[in-house]
Amino acid sequence: MVFLSYLISGLSLGSVYAIIALGYTMVYGIAKMLNFAHGDVIMVGGYICFIATTNLGLPVWLAVILSMAACTVLGVVIEGLAYKPLRQAPALAVLITAIGVSYFLQNAALLIWGANPKMFSPVVTGTLQLFDGQLTISYVSLLTIAACIVIMIALTLYINKSKMGKAMRAVSEDKGAAQLMGIHVNRTISTTFAIGSALAAVAGVLYCSFSPMLMPTTGSMPGIKAFTAAVFGGIGSIPGAFLGGILLGIIESLAKAYISTNMANSIVFAVLIVVLVVKPTGLLGKYVPEKV
Amino acid sequence: MSKKFEKPKMVPLPSHSIVPERDKDKTPILECQHLGIDFGGLRAVYDLNLAMGRTEIAGLIGPNGAGKTTVFNLLTKVYQPTRGTILIDGVDTAGKTTAQISRMGVARTFQNIRLFNNMSVEDNVKVGLHNQEPYSMLSGIFRLPSYWKREKEAHEKAMDLLGIFHMQDLADAKAGSLPYGAQRRLEIIRALATNPSLLLLDEPAAGMNPSETAELMENIIKIRDTFQIAILLIEHDMNLVMGVCEGICVLNFGEIIAKGTAEEIQSNPVVIEAYLGKKKEA
Amino acid sequence: MKNGKKINSAVLKDYLTYAAVALAFVVITILDKQGFINNSTRGLLVPICCYIVMAVSLNLTVGILGELNLGHAGFMSVGAFSGVVASLSLAEAIPNPVIRLAIAMLVGAAFAAVVGLLIGLPVLRLRGDYLAIVTLAFGEIIKDLINALYVGQDSAGLHFGFNFRNNISSINDLHMEEGAKAIIKGAQGVTGNEKLATFAAGFVLIMITLFIVMNLVRSRAGRAIMALRDNRIAAESVGINVTKYKLMAFAVSAALAGAAGALYASNYASVKASTFDFNQSILILMFVVLGGLGNIRGSIVAAIVLTILPEALRSFENLRMLIYAIVLILVMIATNNPRVKTLISCIIPKKKGGPANE
Repeated sequence: MVFLSYLISGLSLGSVYAIIALGYTMVYGIAKMLNFAHGDVIMVGGYICFIATTNLGLPVWLAVILSMAACTVLGVVIEGLAYKPLRQAPALAVLITAIGVSYFLQNAALLIWGANPKMFSPVVTGTLQLFDGQLTISYVSLLTIAACIVIMIALTLYINKSKMGKAMRAVSEDKGAAQLMGIHVNRTISTTFAIGSALAAVAGVLYCSFSPMLMPTTGSMPGIKAFTAAVFGGIGSIPGAFLGGILLGIIESLAKAYISTNMANSIVFAVLIVVLVVKPTGLLGKYVPEKV
Repeated sequence: MSKKFEKPKMVPLPSHSIVPERDKDKTPILECQHLGIDFGGLRAVYDLNLAMGRTEIAGLIGPNGAGKTTVFNLLTKVYQPTRGTILIDGVDTAGKTTAQISRMGVARTFQNIRLFNNMSVEDNVKVGLHNQEPYSMLSGIFRLPSYWKREKEAHEKAMDLLGIFHMQDLADAKAGSLPYGAQRRLEIIRALATNPSLLLLDEPAAGMNPSETAELMENIIKIRDTFQIAILLIEHDMNLVMGVCEGICVLNFGEIIAKGTAEEIQSNPVVIEAYLGKKKEA
Repeated sequence: MKNGKKINSAVLKDYLTYAAVALAFVVITILDKQGFINNSTRGLLVPICCYIVMAVSLNLTVGILGELNLGHAGFMSVGAFSGVVASLSLAEAIPNPVIRLAIAMLVGAAFAAVVGLLIGLPVLRLRGDYLAIVTLAFGEIIKDLINALYVGQDSAGLHFGFNFRNNISSINDLHMEEGAKAIIKGAQGVTGNEKLATFAAGFVLIMITLFIVMNLVRSRAGRAIMALRDNRIAAESVGINVTKYKLMAFAVSAALAGAAGALYASNYASVKASTFDFNQSILILMFVVLGGLGNIRGSIVAAIVLTILPEALRSFENLRMLIYAIVLILVMIATNNPRVKTLISCIIPKKKGGPANE
């Protein structure tokens, strides 16, 4: 029973990672860049939801939508101002720019909202008691898992069925060829950033519902973890990001409970290293041999 | 147009390959037996049997996608063969890495040129001399006497090798900034720097004009004569193949469909069919 | 053509680099003696030296070998803590601070090199972003391990313990004799460290680093490493052992970072593992990228400028990191966007012999 409760908390933590990792992996698949600022968009999403509920007194659902809208705009603006001029630049230059954006968001948040942590109140409260109270599951956990599944299904449908989804797949395969086929590459990339950032806002709200201390640096750790999750599952692969996120959450939760609290992060990273050494492109990543 | 080079008499070996008569009593430099590789169910190369004399210039030809470059990748262990054996100078290469194959005396060039683009022309050749002029990392860092001696030798050898194609003046240029033809020549020089006994050239004449190709043909013969090595080349330019190759091997769908001298190959109906398609039966 | 004439331009540049660093050292020392340097700037001297060494050594992996390393601070951390253990445990045996600092840096370099080899062996077959994430992971693991590490010393020697399951809450749990000395106290790190570091030591370490890295690059091994960066398959085809040279670059880079870590740690009274986190790795990576990949002199300049810049912006208070971030983004766009680059070259006439590979 105790095991089950750890498993469920791992599952819900993993769902948050999965949602963030989806954004990471989509952006990577299309723009071939590691968007290190993605984690900080989560933090912004958290803050906006916090302000909307606490200061403006808006209902939670409206606050979440507002936060998603704001992050979508933020994502598109970041892409347009910082990343678009670097489309032809070497990957490392884009990486450093992403780090610059990350610094910018953190310090802007510091100026606007201050360094003191804000206490984020969960979007839903209460718990579900099962087996005569032996198993307690918070509604936030259930909501997170449900949200992750819905997002995963919606995203898969969108990528596979919609016209924009087809454009995304084409751009991620071959930017040049997609352009020749009349696909608006820049618009496709912007859309990807918009979707990824909206997902980050959702993840931010859910993440803050678990660990309610909201600070300008809140986004870094889940950002790194989600990046790990994306690589774990095979970066660029959407089911991979989902699987990687869920597994990472479960491993972290179980490691914390049964092995060592201090080393939980390390155990997650160690598992990642072992997986990559055995399978160098992640669990679901495609191995593309170099053409000689 | 192109100069005719004198062709030797070709004699058969017990392994059903032909080699020039002058090489027949020596161990073949290369011998493939039942060589094959599959890529996830696709039979890229199948049952390839081939032998080359120690100073032979041989051609590997065939339509696009026939598996010619795959054969080179097998010979240099870029791919591990699924079946069969490769003997270099009579030594089995099973389990060897690409780097070890180089040390066994096989050097190659690439279809899509692979130079060290950010390094100078001279340094590209010096990388080729890596195993010819060895000294330890520590003597490199602390500039011990072996460093000075080996570096001096490497410099002289590099200049000599660049001299083959009259490229000494370009020694300080960045390899990536060279024009196309010069890049192809530099690749050959880099390969020669490893002191090979078998040189594999993957489409050396690609992108060259007829006069450059004619010069290349002379150089291929010159390289063989100077270094006394075997050369196996993949080429689509039939003037070049028929002009310099002593033995020719035709590959189609990963299988050898014909082996022989230039004259034999040119008149072989199977080869004509592979290149031009089947004549419609009336 | 004579050999002597050929070597010139590259070797001359190396000598100029040594000369410039030496000159800077002399000038700063004289200025300091004359009282022109205020305390806060003086406090930056040793860290700047460390960052220069970190940047140059990371450039060996990222610029020369061409593999992205997001965990370089991990090697710094290993060097810092092993160096501190060495210097504190030898405090009685070797009273001379200069010798002790030298030993600390050597120990730091050796431990970091060993860790570099241990990490490199399994992971160097990974490529690109996958290798990057694994180095990030190792950096975090090293941080966690050192956070859990307790080291103490008594007459029997050194005692080690890892606090994995809250089994160690203080140094007393290492079961040592009465009056034992605590060296590393878990997450608290090292407190009561002796400040051994001097600007002169930093200068010497920079010169050693430059000597090793620049000589390596101009030797057979350095060419092999650069060949791997430019074209791995071609490098293998001319007989270069990929694993050997990747490991070599990785280990040399780690060793130098370890020495820099030891120097860095001996500049402060207390040292924590959390100092050497992911952000630290990224900071050093930033020096390397802004200074130019493979450009040793660029790394030095970037390390100096980017360490001083946040301090120089101190008068802007809260805005300084924001300005720093904007400057960073603008610099990346200015140096990498083709249109902006053309614009800049129209305004400022380009120097002769600019980047040839553009």
